[in-house]
Amino acid sequence: MTTPAVSVEGLSAGYGGPPVLRGVSFDVAEGRTVCVLGPNGGGKTTLFRALLGELQPAAGSVRVAGRPAYVAQTERTRLDFPVNAFDVALMGSVAHGRWWLPPRGADRTAARAALDRVGLSDHAGTPFGELSGGQRQRALLARALVQDARVLLLDEPLSGVDPASATLIDRLFAELRGEDRTLLVSSHDVESARAFDLVLCVHGRQVAFGPPGEVLHRATLEATYGRELIVLDEAGPARAVTVQHHEHGHGHQEER
Amino acid sequence: MSGIELRAMLELVLAGGFCGALGFWVVSERLTYSAESLSHGLLPGLVLAGLADAPLLLGAAGGAAVAAALIALAARDPRAGTDTGTAVAVTGLVGLGSLLALAPEAPQRLEELLFGDPLGVTTGDLVAAAVLLALGGAALAALHRPLVASSFDPGGAASLGLRPSLVRFALLALMAAAIAVAVQGLGALLVLAVLVAPAVAVRGHVRAPGAAMLTAAALAAVAGIAGIQLSSVAGTAAGASVALVLCAAAAAGALLPARGV
Repeated sequence: MTTPAVSVEGLSAGYGGPPVLRGVSFDVAEGRTVCVLGPNGGGKTTLFRALLGELQPAAGSVRVAGRPAYVAQTERTRLDFPVNAFDVALMGSVAHGRWWLPPRGADRTAARAALDRVGLSDHAGTPFGELSGGQRQRALLARALVQDARVLLLDEPLSGVDPASATLIDRLFAELRGEDRTLLVSSHDVESARAFDLVLCVHGRQVAFGPPGEVLHRATLEATYGRELIVLDEAGPARAVTVQHHEHGHGHQEER
Repeated sequence: MSGIELRAMLELVLAGGFCGALGFWVVSERLTYSAESLSHGLLPGLVLAGLADAPLLLGAAGGAAVAAALIALAARDPRAGTDTGTAVAVTGLVGLGSLLALAPEAPQRLEELLFGDPLGVTTGDLVAAAVLLALGGAALAALHRPLVASSFDPGGAASLGLRPSLVRFALLALMAAAIAVAVQGLGALLVLAVLVAPAVAVRGHVRAPGAAMLTAAALAAVAGIAGIQLSSVAGTAAGASVALVLCAAAAAGALLPARGV
């Protein structure tokens, strides 16, 4: 049996107080895609931070093949910082070592190729803060491509992006899977989770893990989202809507 | 132009050049209050060095180390909060420094320590500024890529193999070194101007961190020379004149419409 690309065993993690995520155990083989579903505050980001090694597990263990690449939500980056799309892509080369020296020609070539792959060649010199939400997400993906990690963690990469960017990102995910890279993608989009190989549902604890056909049922989704879930179609395959309650107070409804 | 003025200009070009470049990161990482606290908090060290007839650089370095430790300790008190704890520690240190400086046996005038005396720089001060520019510049160049990656996306820096806390610690150490050297010429109150004003002036007008650092360094050097010239013509205090020119540049930069180059 091959070694999993990601292996989590009995993980509990938090920020000094009681664990915000507990009882998480799953293995993901190389080249598989995982959609991590859960409400805001459910522990998705905490799981990613534990996988990145930023959070020491309060209990249990995590193992990742190599250093994973992390694509944050674009609003967590500094939009006022003076860098352009090419600079962002080039940041991925820091992961290859030699961080104290200027980037090599090969690094620059890799950054240009990554921007081309995410469809941002024409915007290489555009300041990051002036890109659209979808273009910013693609620039961060280009950084992950330059990093060339085997495991990629993506924090709600399709949240708030334009349809053209969403299509391009979906296509890129398929290509990365074809390269045997492992993707863990956090999302609120219940319906799009069906396109992944595996689904992990968390709500302070692991609610379910398995293929979409086994996990995406009303009982599991209700345990994951509680009152945030509305199931629209009782008869057919669950067509679910999540109502998001954001930290800054105003909620909105997403139909997926 | 006298030799004294030329030495003052050279000091401001060397120390000001480095502080201008470093200031981009100080402003970008929102460390301005820390820089101000450190520059004011090292006053007792400066005065004690003056009393003991020891090099002011030594006093500034020791004062900065003690101030940093006290500020860190006071800021940890959860009842007061970080800002309040820092303010109390810094005010106490400035009070202690003033008390020592106003003692009858104190050879250094408080005014010189607070406002600096660029016209009184020694050869040792110039050597210290040159070393700061060479070593500090090399450190900034080596840290450039980690600083850019950590500052742009602190959450994603760890996945690139960086440790943002270590990068920030290195930046704080460089800031302490810059203040300890530059305080000789500009004094405890005005040293902040050379560290922060050039970065504020170029902010929004430059589209790359490297270009922003170089532009801020050049601006600090030019403002230093202009300030000494101004003091010579107008008969005003040299350190205060330099600080005013720097702040005028910052105001002009902030008022001009942002336009990246």
